[in-house]
Amino acid sequence: MTDLNQAPGHDEGENTVWVEQEALIDRIPRGIAMAFLFVLVVGIWDIVTRMGLVSAIILPTPAETLSDIIFVGKNLVSGGYMLNALRTTTLTVLYGFFIAITIGFCLGVLVGETKFGERAVMPYLVAIDSMPKVAFAPLFIAWLGFDISSKVALAAFIATFPIVVATAAGLHAASENERMLFKSIGASRMQTLLRLKLPTGLPYIFTGLKIGSVGVMAGAITGEFLGGGKGFGALIRQSASMLDTPRVFALILYLSILGLLLYFAVVWTQRRFVFWNKSDRPLGAA
Amino acid sequence: MTDPLHLKSGPAASGARPVYKVTRLSKTYVRNNIVALEDVNLSIQTGEFVSVIGSSGCGKSTLLKIMAGLIPPTAGSVVLDGRAVVGPRPDIGMMFQQATLLPWKTTIENIVLPIEIREGRIAAQAARDRATELLKLVGLGDFANAYPGELSGGMAQRASICRMLVCDPSMLLLDEPFSALDELTRDFMNMELQRICMERGATSFLVTHSLAEAVILSDRILVMKARPGQIIEDIKIDLPRPRTLEMINTPHFGEIVSHIRDLLGKEAAE
Repeated sequence: MTDLNQAPGHDEGENTVWVEQEALIDRIPRGIAMAFLFVLVVGIWDIVTRMGLVSAIILPTPAETLSDIIFVGKNLVSGGYMLNALRTTTLTVLYGFFIAITIGFCLGVLVGETKFGERAVMPYLVAIDSMPKVAFAPLFIAWLGFDISSKVALAAFIATFPIVVATAAGLHAASENERMLFKSIGASRMQTLLRLKLPTGLPYIFTGLKIGSVGVMAGAITGEFLGGGKGFGALIRQSASMLDTPRVFALILYLSILGLLLYFAVVWTQRRFVFWNKSDRPLGAA
Repeated sequence: MTDPLHLKSGPAASGARPVYKVTRLSKTYVRNNIVALEDVNLSIQTGEFVSVIGSSGCGKSTLLKIMAGLIPPTAGSVVLDGRAVVGPRPDIGMMFQQATLLPWKTTIENIVLPIEIREGRIAAQAARDRATELLKLVGLGDFANAYPGELSGGMAQRASICRMLVCDPSMLLLDEPFSALDELTRDFMNMELQRICMERGATSFLVTHSLAEAVILSDRILVMKARPGQIIEDIKIDLPRPRTLEMINTPHFGEIVSHIRDLLGKEAAE
């Protein structure tokens, strides 16, 4: 026996059965594994805060956080001032996303389909994209004021670029053979774009939308941090300035629900429109 | 050129005149100054099956693209059926290395795609019966409404044969159509292709780098050398039709193959 991997002293007889053994983690359902990790983290969090290892201002106990989550939840359900704030932020996000999709898609087609777009427009987009876009927030506030429009602008500004890049990349996704096929059957440029390049690029475009949906949330909240107003971001900042950490945690939780809803709305739309591409997984890499 | 006989249905014997004529064709790629083709002349008779064989990069795909009207030549002319080829034409059917079926369309929708593009959705809808007939011809009758993702590689290429035939082309241009398939499927598909071509009396032009495939399918083989791409020999294959896979093992088949291999080998050694 010259098997290097064989453990010393382990003798393999003729009757040794060699079958694949499923690892323990493969046999545990995903939901249970996730619940286990959740309980573990909350447990440690509870111990750390109860023992006073961390100041309550920095990290509240799970119980305090939970009671604030319930408080904020009640305020939201009963239509209190927090619901108005959530409504403002939701509108900001939706307007921003809509503008980002419209501009991002059009610019993406310009860049992906025309030589002018590729050579003249794309370098500028790359240059702007490499800037820290949040730095433009004071400009938007100066131009558009402290109401919702400056936040919408920042949210749209951040979310546009991934959509442009993804759309342009998607339009190049059709293979050489597929483009030759369309040429050989006499397809016009518009037909090739609409019947071949766009459908082929849809999985790419939706990836861009997923990244954009995350960016639009970040943009809206950043805008509200910096520009005040009546949104959820302003509530978070107020609570933080009053050192009401449990409230901050609770507000962030509801905000992330909004973000998740937006993300899964994109995933759901993709499932409907890109039914032939079964490789996408909502929780996998975007 | 005033023959009243319909070219498409004319059997090989009666239509022994050139349907395709390539004269003094040259192609130089300006971008990198590569001479892909230089002074290529060939003619194909009605009902004939002609193959071009050569090492990769010898310009055979360029030749096919120019003949299909997909790219313009630098010099020379291509004439099909008495009319110069200056762009894609409905009387030319093409097949590519990959099946290139659109995954969001069902098999039958893919097959009528050329009609949808050229004549619109209503005409495409009307052509469904013809497409169903074609699917039966290649043994895919039960897969009309399946999506390409559910088809095997061989089945997908058979569907793309149907797509090529749906406009009833007088000329078939085949760009290494089965090179992505495994060898067993490939042999089977070659026999299918022969059957379909014989049944329809089709005129075909095949680009390949497989010696056995070229010999088993062709009436004539054009051997190409690279840099610049030129046809160095025109070989008549006198094996009787219909050809069978058993012929591959006959001495005569072996002689033809080794002759071509010598030609290509000499060229490669230069």
